[in-house]
Amino acid sequence: MLASVPARRRFSAIFFAADLPYVVKPPSISSGFSIQFEGIEKRYGMRLALRGLSLRVAPGEFVALVGANGSGKTTLLRIAAQLIRPSAGTIRVSGKGDENPLAIRARTGMIAHASFLYEELTAEENLHFFARLYDLPQAPEACEAALERVALDARARDLVRTFSRGMRQRLSLARAMMIAPRLLLLDEPATGLDPEGQSWLGGELAKMHGDGCTILMSTHGRNEVQSAVTRAVRLQAGAVAEDSGERGDFRAVLAGSVAEN
Amino acid sequence: MSLGRAASLILAKELRIELRSRELVSTTLVFVLLVLVLFSFTFDPTTAESHRFGPGLLWLGILFAGSLMLQPSFVREKVNDTLSALRMAPIDPFAVLLGKLAANALFLFLVELILLPIFVALYNLPILPILARLLLVLSLGTIGLATTGTVFSAIAAHARLRELLLPLLLFPVVAPLLIASTEATVSLFSPQPQLDPVWLVFLVAFDAVFLTAAWVFGEYLFEE
Repeated sequence: MLASVPARRRFSAIFFAADLPYVVKPPSISSGFSIQFEGIEKRYGMRLALRGLSLRVAPGEFVALVGANGSGKTTLLRIAAQLIRPSAGTIRVSGKGDENPLAIRARTGMIAHASFLYEELTAEENLHFFARLYDLPQAPEACEAALERVALDARARDLVRTFSRGMRQRLSLARAMMIAPRLLLLDEPATGLDPEGQSWLGGELAKMHGDGCTILMSTHGRNEVQSAVTRAVRLQAGAVAEDSGERGDFRAVLAGSVAEN
Repeated sequence: MSLGRAASLILAKELRIELRSRELVSTTLVFVLLVLVLFSFTFDPTTAESHRFGPGLLWLGILFAGSLMLQPSFVREKVNDTLSALRMAPIDPFAVLLGKLAANALFLFLVELILLPIFVALYNLPILPILARLLLVLSLGTIGLATTGTVFSAIAAHARLRELLLPLLLFPVVAPLLIASTEATVSLFSPQPQLDPVWLVFLVAFDAVFLTAAWVFGEYLFEE
C-alpha cells in the first residue's frame, strides 16, 4: 500500500518537487505490472466482501474476473487501484525494477462504472486536466492523439454532459490510454455499449494487451470485450472459486460464469 | 510534481467549472442576501444596535453562506466518481484538499465582497475608514471557515446524510472562529475603531492550526 508521507517531507515538497518522497519520473517500463494479492480480506461493517483472497497476476496477462453480483470483483479492482485499503492481507503491484508507489500509480489506468469525467468540462478540457495532473510531456499533443484514437476529435470541444454513454466510455478509455498504462483495471467496461461499441472496445484492449499492458477486468456474461482475454478467474462469495491459470481453458470458466448468472 | 503545482491545477479546474456552471456563487449570494435582509426587517435596528449587533449578523450570514457553499465541494466529485480519478493521480493527496480549499476561500470571499456594500446600506454602518482592516478580518475568517468547511465536506461526502452532516460537524468547530471574527469586527465599528490584536492573533492561530491539521491528516480524509 501507499505509504504515508512524513510531515517534514511534505513541508519541503511545497517548494521543491525533488524533495517529494516519490517524484514521478515517467518510468521506462515497457512490460506490464504484476499484481500479487495475499490473503486479502475486506469488511464492510458486518459483511465480509473478500475472504482471504490470494491471486497472482503476471506481467502482460489479460485476466477476466467473473462471478455473480456481490462476489467481490469491484472491491478487488478498487483495492488494486489503491482506492480501498484491505481490512487484512497485502497487495503488491510492481513494475520491472520499479516499486515506487507514485510511479506505479502514474502508469495505472482505470475504467469503472462511473466515467471519472467532469460533466461541466469539454472532452478536451477533461483530458488536458488529467494529462497535466499526470505531468505528461507534451500534454496537448497527447490529448489530441488520444481523442483521435477513440474517434472523438470532432466532439473535442463539446461538454461531457452532452455525451451518450458510449461516447463517455470512449472518452474514459482515452483518459486511461493517454498515460500509456502498464496496468489497466476495468470494471465491467462493456456495460451500456452496443455490440459495435463492445467490438471496438475489445479491439482497443487487444492492442493494449499486445503492447504488454497487464489488464484485470471484471465482466458479466459473454461479450465482445473478452476477445483478447488470456485467463479467467471466477470469484464466489469473496474468494477464488475457479482459476483457469495462464495456460488453462479460460473459456470453460467464462462459460461456467454465464451459466451461474 | 510539486504540491503547489498540483493544487493550482485543481484550483484552475474548480474555477473553470464554477465560471461555466455559476451554481455556487450565485445561489449562495442570493441566499445570504435574503438572510441579511430578513435579519434587518426582523430587528429593524437603531444606529447603536447596528454597531452592536451588525457584525454578529454579518458573520452569521457568512457562516450560513459557507455551510451552503462548501457542501457541494466534494459531493460534486462523487457524481462521476471523479474523486477516485483524483486519488489515482500521482500527486500528493493534500494537493486535492488545498486546491479545493483555495477555490472555496476565493468563492466565499467574492460573495463577501459583493455582500459588504449591501450590508453597509442595510445597517447604516460606515466602513470606508476601516475598510483595509475589515478586509483583513474578513480574509482571516474566510480562510478559517474555508479550511474547516472543506475538510468536513470531504468527510461528509462519504456519509449517507451528507447534507445534514456538514452543518452538524462544522458549526461547533467554527464557533471560536465566529466569536473571534465578530469581536474583531465589533472593535472596528466602535466609536474609536481599532483592531484588537488578541482577536487578530486568535484568527491567525485558528487558521494555522487547522491548515496544519489538514496538511498532516489530509490524505486520510478521502479513504472509503
